[in-house]
Amino acid sequence: MKIALCVKQVPDTTNIKWTENNTMQREGVESIINPYDVYAAELALKIKESIDKDVEITAFTMGPMQASDMLRKLISLGVDNGVLISDRKFAGADTYATGKTIAAAIKTVMPDFDLIICGQFAVDGDTAQTGPSIAGNLGISQVTYVKSFEKIDKKSIVLKRELDDGIETVKASYPLLLCVLQDTFEPRRPLINGIKLASKSEIKILSADDIGLNPEDVGLKGSPTFVSRAYRNLSNHNAQKYELSVEESAELLKNKLEEYCHSEFDLKSDNSQKEANDA
Amino acid sequence: MMPNQDYSGILIYAQLTRENYIHTVFYELLDKAKMLSKKLNGVDVNAVIFTNPKNIEGLEESFKNMGVNKVYYCDDKRLKDYSTQYYSKIIVDLVEQTKPEILLIGATNQGRDLAPRVSRALHTGLTADCVDLDINENGKLAATRPTFGGELMATILCKNYPQMATVRPNVFKVGSVEDYVNSEFILLDANLEGINNNVEIIDFKKTLETEINNLDNAQIIVAGGMGLKNEQGFKLLKEFADSIGGEIAASRPAVEAGFASKSIQIGQTGKTVRPKVYIACGISGAIQHTVGMENSERIIAINKDPEAQIFDIADVGIVGDFFDIIPKFLQK
Repeated sequence: MKIALCVKQVPDTTNIKWTENNTMQREGVESIINPYDVYAAELALKIKESIDKDVEITAFTMGPMQASDMLRKLISLGVDNGVLISDRKFAGADTYATGKTIAAAIKTVMPDFDLIICGQFAVDGDTAQTGPSIAGNLGISQVTYVKSFEKIDKKSIVLKRELDDGIETVKASYPLLLCVLQDTFEPRRPLINGIKLASKSEIKILSADDIGLNPEDVGLKGSPTFVSRAYRNLSNHNAQKYELSVEESAELLKNKLEEYCHSEFDLKSDNSQKEANDA
Repeated sequence: MMPNQDYSGILIYAQLTRENYIHTVFYELLDKAKMLSKKLNGVDVNAVIFTNPKNIEGLEESFKNMGVNKVYYCDDKRLKDYSTQYYSKIIVDLVEQTKPEILLIGATNQGRDLAPRVSRALHTGLTADCVDLDINENGKLAATRPTFGGELMATILCKNYPQMATVRPNVFKVGSVEDYVNSEFILLDANLEGINNNVEIIDFKKTLETEINNLDNAQIIVAGGMGLKNEQGFKLLKEFADSIGGEIAASRPAVEAGFASKSIQIGQTGKTVRPKVYIACGISGAIQHTVGMENSERIIAINKDPEAQIFDIADVGIVGDFFDIIPKFLQK
């Protein structure tokens, strides 16, 4: 069985710093593996453990050369190969162009894949679009919001999906793409020989040429969307902070709630007015 | 970059829930679409829906006085349950025939599964989870969305047609626009030949009564975080909420610690709410949380840590211990 694992390196969003001009300060911001991709890797490794040794996992990422460190870390955990899709021409890609690029790389390196596993979201863009876009490019089915797998054999997999209103169980046959949500598990430690394996492994590097894409298909040129304006989202609430005694704090809370809920009554009367009009 | 004359009108996907009603996000999108239509010289606002065969009678009722010009519907029994492959195929066929300039989809689980497949098949762009939609001076859709967990806003344009966007439930308000247009109902052929659907639903366990819970319409929400320490803290939170007619909610860390259910989680991977008053208790205010509640009309924060980020977005910040202040409040 062959599994393509798709991962992304993202800036650590819990630690964003801003310049005076409200642009993001990129220097000194640490890059991490997208947290949802850790769950994707975990699912791939669990599948590998549950079947037999005959499972090959290849991790794919699109990004700058330093992203190969992340691929080596995954190899130390039990992933077999790493593929870095890297080319200056890929810069500025939106999810449409990214889906096309990653799909082309998988087709080039692993055309006989059974499963593609992605994280549900990336914490930087949070579009949840790249996984389905890869599946669309390859013309295969997808299962999103995957929480865990129940059963797996050579032909199909039974999965649990966590949706807004409940838990859905689906059975799907290969080839198939999965987008994985977080699940609870113990973080993996590297294999005993993992670090050595990782340092010895050769990371395959692919350019646009290598995967048969023209410059106009990739990066900014190949992207139907573009950012016309970016600005910082500043709160419009006027923070007033009070450090008072317990008694005074409770009193303040009561007064503020009365003040705010008073305007709530106004809103309610507006609604009743509207309902009267509707009738 | 001028509008393309071949493409005109706005198409909205109307998702039918498991309980067979139209998801509320459709009405939120419809209101916004009518505003966009006005700026586009009154182009048609149309909808596409997949009904159960037994449900067609209710269709006219659901769209009554909604101002939808055309309702395209499909009632093939293969479409009873959502299928990525089938649903996207039919929407793609419809778009190729009717050429709308804008296609809007609610960012529900289903919408987020569907929209990228449609966008890829139509070779057009898609902007996810928009918080604002407008028409720019060139007649193009300007879609604004938060990135980096809500800290940066980006306004995105699309070179191709249709210009696609998804919007989360509860981001737009349902307005009071009344429109007595008589909708035209058009039955679509389900041309699914050669489409391989290899995903089969074998079970569904409901964890919420409906996709909508009390939080969606609550005027007052009282939310707890890790500062509430344990389930006892949430009991006190519930008591507090009951005393002021509010609903309780929780931050993601509190849900993951098992203090509260996932169904009341607010934030990036939970619900987006916009109550009249939001009271954040023992919540640090990480952007993953605030992105789901910062549109609340008023925010009150109670936190022991005077440096907590939540104070940056609150109207009133009370520095103090929830376990001291709330029992005192309840005595009043």
